Amino acid sequence: MREKLVMLLAGLAAILLAYNLHHMFLVLPNEVSQDFIFRIIFFHVPAGIVGMIGFFVALIFSVWYLAGGDLRYDSVAASIVEVSVVFSIVNLVTGSIWARVIWGIWWTWDYRLTSQLVCVLIFVGYVMMRRAIDEPTQRARLSAALTIFGCFDSVVVWKSIEWFRNNHPGPVLSIRTGGGNMDPDYERTLWLNFLALLIIGAALALVRSRQESMEREIDSLRRAAHV
Amino acid sequence: MDARNFTFMFYGFLAAWLIVLLYVVSLARRGARLTKELEDVKQLMASGQKN
Repeated sequence: MREKLVMLLAGLAAILLAYNLHHMFLVLPNEVSQDFIFRIIFFHVPAGIVGMIGFFVALIFSVWYLAGGDLRYDSVAASIVEVSVVFSIVNLVTGSIWARVIWGIWWTWDYRLTSQLVCVLIFVGYVMMRRAIDEPTQRARLSAALTIFGCFDSVVVWKSIEWFRNNHPGPVLSIRTGGGNMDPDYERTLWLNFLALLIIGAALALVRSRQESMEREIDSLRRAAHV
Repeated sequence: MDARNFTFMFYGFLAAWLIVLLYVVSLARRGARLTKELEDVKQLMASGQKN
């Protein structure tokens, strides 16, 4: 059942991506001041949003774990965090390449960039910490604590472009500005690509959570063998 | 605008897909390792029960 769902999601994402890529390169005109490079926004922003949503969904599962002690919630949270880290890294790398062309530098210690880097480092630490701790309950409790901490930083990432004015542009999406800051055709393509990346993220999280259950099964079989 | 602009956009798209692809490969490898490990443990338990 899970495999079929993953295949279905992958197929859906492939169709959506094909449509989006066609639209990005063959339908939309070049942006007036930035030309071709502006198209990087179609991966940079959606990847960042997918990563951020993932961290908050993981937060919900972590809180459920803390409330009920069910390790399955911890496994789901861990799977989502891992996939979200990948998308957040995509966000940082594509942003850095974009910055090289527009700002002339690969990196600057801007509030947005720095808080996003800190967020990625917190959750990379989360993934590493889980591999270092064998005891499942202790691992789950520490993971949940780190997720809560990481999500505080995610809020800073989200709000930093409103709170501080640095190199990074302010909000442009109409959900934050009420509209008028971005061409509607560009914004529609951006949201469609967000949907495609979200579907890919969901499929990857499903695969990863299956692996987490396999790890739990191996662990419980080994424990049973030693009793 | 110059060709550099297009090249960097290409690098951006390439980097994005490369990162996702590397993760997918790592997932596939981990999946294969876990499947084998699970089979081994089950086999070990079955042979232990026979003895």
